[in-house]
Amino acid sequence: MISLFTVEGLSGLLFLGFIGLTLAGALIATNARSLIRSVASLALCFLGVAGLYYYLNSPFVALMQILIYVGAVCVTIIFAVMLAESSELKQVTRRNVLVGPLAFLVSGLLVWGLAGLALKTEWLSFVYLANWGKVEDLGQSLLTTYSMSFELISVVLLVAVVGSLVLARAGRDK
Amino acid sequence: MMDILELSNSLHTYLIIAALLFGIGIYGLVQRQTFIGMLISAELILSGASLNFMAFNHFLAPDPTVGQLFTLFIMAIAAAEAAIALSIIIAVYRNYKSIDTEDVKDLQG
Repeated sequence: MISLFTVEGLSGLLFLGFIGLTLAGALIATNARSLIRSVASLALCFLGVAGLYYYLNSPFVALMQILIYVGAVCVTIIFAVMLAESSELKQVTRRNVLVGPLAFLVSGLLVWGLAGLALKTEWLSFVYLANWGKVEDLGQSLLTTYSMSFELISVVLLVAVVGSLVLARAGRDK
Repeated sequence: MMDILELSNSLHTYLIIAALLFGIGIYGLVQRQTFIGMLISAELILSGASLNFMAFNHFLAPDPTVGQLFTLFIMAIAAAEAAIALSIIIAVYRNYKSIDTEDVKDLQG
């Protein structure tokens, strides 16, 4: 049992805070009425996930998570919300009363199955070495083993940028 | 009582959080009625998958960079997907004046 007022105890408390941030952000993001609120809580959720990445000993990926998801993806979604959401609040027309409970049932089953699998499987124990997976190793394997996928992903990003420009531009001259 | 402050050292914690994120994402994807809401839920699903990769990378993988690289690639793909989906949403909004999934039924058959 770790005492609360040590470094380990405080970092454990911070970890609990990150878990709470992640789950609360995800729940609000799927349940909030207004879209802008759910985008904001999506950003909160991504901040929590970045904290979890930090605890997994990869601060580089945590920073990338904040930079890309919170900084780019959420801001882009906010732009789309401002461009496309109708100003007056439309009253919600439910297609079917069963959709909500059915969605809850399906996702509950999925979570139950996945969590059960995770808890029941005998994971091979592996001794973690403290110096593995540093940024230097990441950079080296990006430029050697995975250089092909690295280049391909930049092509994919280029195509996506051009394609989204074309899609958003089409029909604007009318 | 299991020590609640040592949760960050266990693989199970991360796997269960990832499963919860995935489930919440699926729930939102089914239940949401606007395209942007569905896109937000898809982002939640992707981050659940990334969290799984990172956890396995940290606790189980013999080569410790694979999971982090895969997560970086997932981030790039998610950014591309968000850009494409948002421009499609804006194009749909320009034609239908709505982002509600119920209003865009021309392809339903």
